[in-house]
Amino acid sequence: MSNIKYILGSFGDPDEMMHGIEKLQENNIKIHDVYTPMPIHGIEAKLGVKRSRLDVAAFFFGITGTLTMLTGVYLATVVDWPINIGGKTHFALPDFIPITFELTILFCAFGLVGSYYASTHLFPGRAPRVMDLRATNDRFIIAIDAKQNVEHAKIDELLKGAGALEVKYNERKYISYE
Amino acid sequence: MSGHNESILREPLITGKNITYAQITDDILLPVENKANKAWWIGFIISVCGATLWVVAVSYTFWFGIGAWGLNKTVGWAWDITGFVWWVGIGHAGTLISAVLLLFRQNWRNSINRSAEAMTIFAVICAATYVVSHMGRPWLAYWVLPLPNQFGSLWVNFNSPLVWDMFAISTYFSVSLLFWYTGLLPDIATIRDRAAGLRKKIYTVLSFGWNGNVKTWQRFEAVSLILAGISTPLVLSVHTIVSMDFATSVIPGWHTTIFPPYFVAGAIFSGFAMVLTLLLVARKVLGLENYITMFHIESMNKIIILTGSIVGVAYLTEFFIAWYSGSEYEQYAFINRSTGPYWWAYWMMMTCNVISPQLLWFKKIRTSIAATWILSIVVNIGMWFERFVIIVTSLHRDYLPSSWAMFYPTWVDVSVFVGSIGLFFTLFLLFLRVLPSIAIAEVKLLLKSASEQAKMELIKDGHLNKEQVQEYVESLEKFDSVKQEEYAKI
Repeated sequence: MSNIKYILGSFGDPDEMMHGIEKLQENNIKIHDVYTPMPIHGIEAKLGVKRSRLDVAAFFFGITGTLTMLTGVYLATVVDWPINIGGKTHFALPDFIPITFELTILFCAFGLVGSYYASTHLFPGRAPRVMDLRATNDRFIIAIDAKQNVEHAKIDELLKGAGALEVKYNERKYISYE
Repeated sequence: MSGHNESILREPLITGKNITYAQITDDILLPVENKANKAWWIGFIISVCGATLWVVAVSYTFWFGIGAWGLNKTVGWAWDITGFVWWVGIGHAGTLISAVLLLFRQNWRNSINRSAEAMTIFAVICAATYVVSHMGRPWLAYWVLPLPNQFGSLWVNFNSPLVWDMFAISTYFSVSLLFWYTGLLPDIATIRDRAAGLRKKIYTVLSFGWNGNVKTWQRFEAVSLILAGISTPLVLSVHTIVSMDFATSVIPGWHTTIFPPYFVAGAIFSGFAMVLTLLLVARKVLGLENYITMFHIESMNKIIILTGSIVGVAYLTEFFIAWYSGSEYEQYAFINRSTGPYWWAYWMMMTCNVISPQLLWFKKIRTSIAATWILSIVVNIGMWFERFVIIVTSLHRDYLPSSWAMFYPTWVDVSVFVGSIGLFFTLFLLFLRVLPSIAIAEVKLLLKSASEQAKMELIKDGHLNKEQVQEYVESLEKFDSVKQEEYAKI
């Protein structure tokens, strides 16, 4: 038993998995993480995942885009090379609203997605840290650290009681490194 | 997630019996994980021929300049900009489905958003090639960017809608690509975890190491929602700015304030038509009838009636305003459009865009796959003519009758256009083979609440209002993927 690193409860149904999480938490068993093939609504509250601050980041990236364009256009059309275009003022703000808007969106989108990839460690070629290959297909996996939670028989019973189709004892953390 | 049941009055979004999560994965990945069938190869070979024609015609244009096209001194913009606006417009449906319908919580978008977004990206690629090739000196295309240069830093004219357009199209393309690819990550991971050998290596790189843990999913949904929120005004701005290429000029027939909303409605109209053209074939060939159901087809047809009618009202308003303005040039431009030498193009546009979509008011027609497919092509043709009418008929008779001219396309004009369709289909067919054409994770979300089998169980439980069940069963009659006998037994 000592080589076991992680216990995986493999569920076929998201509601049963949620039930499993509740059962484990009632028994003070700490859940390492949950891997699912689709987003599960309401799970973050149960597992104490904090609210995302990506929206705040997105706002500031957007504002950066707005200011970049306004500053850039001002420097180009007023400071660097003022040109008389149809008698308009050099800094003809209404004309610059469309491009300012576009740059706001561009900065916001790239900043947002960049922050998302950085905060969740997603980048091209990253080795996938997968505990169960079916977690991206049809299984909902609850992973429990076997070293911290030693009552393996009880965990097994709780998981199966909640409807787990299978309980796995992994001696390696990630099976995807091969 | 599925803590409560969906109303029985809502039509199912997934049909079929005994659909499981594994079944959804298998069905959607069937074309990705297996050898292509004959239908795919036939389509692919024809498309590649088209794409080759496009390469030849565009190379010819680059080599000899745009004198290779049928342009003349009077008509200086014709099929190039027609093709550009046509393609950009087609692209709009993808963003509308992925962004606007997400904001409105329209769950039926889940099974069509992926391919519609792919369509957006390929359509914008087609559009962008027109922009580059119509510049005359395409190797200087970067001059539209505000880059410091050797001319004492002579900047681009930020007051010009053509410069705005460059910003709009490039932002639109890159944001759409980002949105599409981020949405693809979980599905690429699904392919990765089922693959072996080289395929696994490739999809591992592409999947960015996705593993579907709680935090990643939660942030994923937050990102999708914010991207949808910013893409919605973006998509409206893009075609608004495209319309300003015309509307800010002083050419009679172009100089109208109705252009932005009218172009946006037209873009959505043509985009949905193209989505239907593609998906009606794809669902049949790829066997996805259970995921892209009659409800999806009917919903899209309803959007086509709405946007087609908005376009119709815009045509009539434009005509009325031309008369009401009292400007004789404006009046002439419109009389000339409808009764002048290009009358046939004008009436082609009117018939295809205003009259024929009205047929979709009949339930028989909008739930018939053959009729829908034909009408979607009619709309595509009509929308091409709309841009041709706006561009060419406004230019070909200017203020000096001695310079009046007609536009005759050369073989290069025709080849660039036909070839761009080939390019589009080549990209789309390749997409169907290497990436999941339906967002697997998002469809799985619907299985427990909005599927036919979930509703069947509710009916069997028997706690429902009899009349509502009756209405639900009747609504299933139009579905080609539902067996009615099952319901007769209950």
